[in-house]
Amino acid sequence: MLNYIIKRLVASIVTLWVIATATFFLMHAIPGGPFDTEKPLPPQIKANLEEKFGLNKPLSEQYMMYMKNLLKGDLGPSLKYEGRTVNDIIAYSFPTSAKLGIVTVICSLLLGTYLGVTAALNQGKWQDQLVMVIATLGVTVPSFVLATFLIYVFAVKLSLLPAIGFEGPEYYVMPVMALGGYSLSFIARLTRSSLLDVIRQDYIRTAKAKGLSRNTVIYKHALRNALIPIVTYLGPLTAGILTGSFVIEKIFGIPGLGREFVTGIYNRDYSMIMGLTVFDSFLLITFNFIVDILYAIIDPRIKLEA
Amino acid sequence: MKKSKLFIVLALVLAIGVSFFSGCAKGGQTGQTIKYNLGAEPATIDPQLNSAVDGATVIVNCFDGLTRLDANDKPIPAVAERWEISPDQLTYKFYLRKDAKWTDGQPVKAQDFVYAWQRAVDPKTAAEYAYQLWYIKNGEAISEGKMPVDQLGVKALDDYTLEVTLEGPTPYFLSLTAFPTYMPVRKDVVEKDPQGWATKPETYITNGPFKLKEWRPKDALILEKNPNWYNADKVKLQTIEMKMLEDQTSALAAFRTGQLDYIESPPSAEIPNLLKSGEAKVFPYLGTYFYIFNLSPNAEKVDPAAAKAIKDVRVRKAINLAINRKAIVENVTKGGQIPATSFVPNGIPDADGKDFKKKDYFPAEGNVEEAKKLLAEAGYPDGKGFPKITLIYNTSQGHQAIAMAIQDMLKKNLGINIELANQEWKVFQKTRDERNYIFARHGWIADYVDPMTFLDMWVSNSGQNNIGYNNPEYDKKIAAAKKEADPAKRMQLLHEAEDILMNDMPLVPLYYYTNIACVKDYVKDVHKSVLGFVYFENAYIQK
Repeated sequence: MLNYIIKRLVASIVTLWVIATATFFLMHAIPGGPFDTEKPLPPQIKANLEEKFGLNKPLSEQYMMYMKNLLKGDLGPSLKYEGRTVNDIIAYSFPTSAKLGIVTVICSLLLGTYLGVTAALNQGKWQDQLVMVIATLGVTVPSFVLATFLIYVFAVKLSLLPAIGFEGPEYYVMPVMALGGYSLSFIARLTRSSLLDVIRQDYIRTAKAKGLSRNTVIYKHALRNALIPIVTYLGPLTAGILTGSFVIEKIFGIPGLGREFVTGIYNRDYSMIMGLTVFDSFLLITFNFIVDILYAIIDPRIKLEA
Repeated sequence: MKKSKLFIVLALVLAIGVSFFSGCAKGGQTGQTIKYNLGAEPATIDPQLNSAVDGATVIVNCFDGLTRLDANDKPIPAVAERWEISPDQLTYKFYLRKDAKWTDGQPVKAQDFVYAWQRAVDPKTAAEYAYQLWYIKNGEAISEGKMPVDQLGVKALDDYTLEVTLEGPTPYFLSLTAFPTYMPVRKDVVEKDPQGWATKPETYITNGPFKLKEWRPKDALILEKNPNWYNADKVKLQTIEMKMLEDQTSALAAFRTGQLDYIESPPSAEIPNLLKSGEAKVFPYLGTYFYIFNLSPNAEKVDPAAAKAIKDVRVRKAINLAINRKAIVENVTKGGQIPATSFVPNGIPDADGKDFKKKDYFPAEGNVEEAKKLLAEAGYPDGKGFPKITLIYNTSQGHQAIAMAIQDMLKKNLGINIELANQEWKVFQKTRDERNYIFARHGWIADYVDPMTFLDMWVSNSGQNNIGYNNPEYDKKIAAAKKEADPAKRMQLLHEAEDILMNDMPLVPLYYYTNIACVKDYVKDVHKSVLGFVYFENAYIQK
């Protein structure tokens, strides 16, 4: 186990380095820079700006500088937002995205598995069909359509919920629904098919034959094995949802991290692009790592070996 | 597992959603608070570093310059209670009022202006809008690093007298002193925290009608009345909540639910209905939307055949006349825009006090007969033998719709084919600035209320001249206007310059911009300037 963890750790660092390096050079290869503006700046003013942020140095030197600071955990100043560092922006925005993300992951996980189990146990019946209709809608309707629809119905027409903002519990309802629609549906489908697969196995028949109660059979024996694909999906899902959604944050005016990534690219805010790429990759790698360890806990047959 | 359980859960989820409504129902706050959508997180609200309209709106409400713009965008005394202008218009002496105070209680002094202006042109500050101060003696040379900052033509004769020396006569200088870049800042405040002073309410020491109460990045910026402002008894508004909602559709939804009182640029598809219902209003905005031809030698590298065709002024005029601008604003843009029949838009006063825009250089509906004739004279009767021309624009549905309408008009009216290509915003800017195009979209918003802001960009050595337009006659008129102290003669020179420009037709004006905003009827006297900044000092709520 320890060997495995060490090996994974080294691999993770190499992965991060490759991602950071590739992003650095790709990002500088896109035409247009942070100081190309609607009204072209006089050359001397542009030069002053580039000097201020060290963008006048050769690319290789900028790269070395960046990597050196990165090792110290310093992600540099934002080129767009005066007086704010990328570290500040992540520290400020990530908790918001994470709060929304955790609620969404929990809701879609609980409700998704519940719907999936219900559908599987009632295979072919109307409950199953209803869940499948919901799940198909959830997967196919894009979140921005769902979000706009929710705002129109619940805020504009019914005046039940605030249209925008992120200040109290009532502000969570629509973003969570819009953000979680897809993952909930995906989890429901995954649970259903996985559970259907498991309950046909011999050991389930054995359990039933032993006279165990239905709930024990389903929740202790069947669901545990049926959950493995869901756990696999949970790693990238959590990392993705925690770092925020551009669309949902933009529509609901939520001050999270998701918007920064996309606007960072539009603005050619180099340090922001780099900082967020590294941060997002770090989260993704971490969660995949946690998932791998969870496998071993859920399924004793899986051994983590170096 | 009972079937009904599924529905209990679903009902519960719904019930939770519904039960939260109590919180938002009391959203409609009473009192003098305006909820305004700023539209985006300002990159900075530091007066010297800002170059965006959203930042400018925060700055003009938090700061007070030597002058302020009134409801008609005319400069009126602010921190300067009076001034004297030398006969050659090169020296301004401003007398500052003695009761102007900063939010921390200290008096506003002439030295604060000197520091702020030197800071703006200092290359170390690296201010994008440094060039807004190049009217002041030595401003440009200091920005280039050729002179020390203390050589800037601004001196504090004493605590309350400021003397400014200009490079040339600048009839709009008193408007410039109301511009965000010219706002005073305090040396001790800035130097204590040069990076972060303008991000925190504690250190954002200002001298205007409002002060910063809170800044929640990407969420809201809260301003409150500044009791230290000399005119504070006239300010009725207690709080301005500036939201930073980028999505226009949700902004409109929030406007309808009462979460916002004032939003700008509603979704274009909704504008005709909003205007009809009276929810939206059209505000003048000093800007022109136009297309440019690449007349620089670079065009030949892009496409030699097309470059040759557009070099012929008759071709450019034919294209210009084949466009029906009325149809574009009525059927395509639909936002109350005004068809452009000149380059300088309506809304700038001439020397006689009337509008500078006096003539239509061509009919708004176009003139297809004339266009066909010109194209035939240029050697392309009915578009025969005319090379394919590529029109580039930055990716946006609005620009695309206009480009498609024009493509259609040129095909129908002249028989020439235009190919459309879109580019991502920053890529587009680079392509355009490096003159790697044949035909491209452009838009220009005035920096100050004077025709010069539209005309001096096309002199041959201007950094903004991405057309590569080069007419020595034109350069001469602009240079003469910049030296002319007599307002009537100066305006005459600018009229003559625009005549030359419109005769050479290196660009195709399409329409004059407008600002569309949705304003609740209980919101009174918010002033939206023609430069796009929003002033709240006279605003109030009347429910």
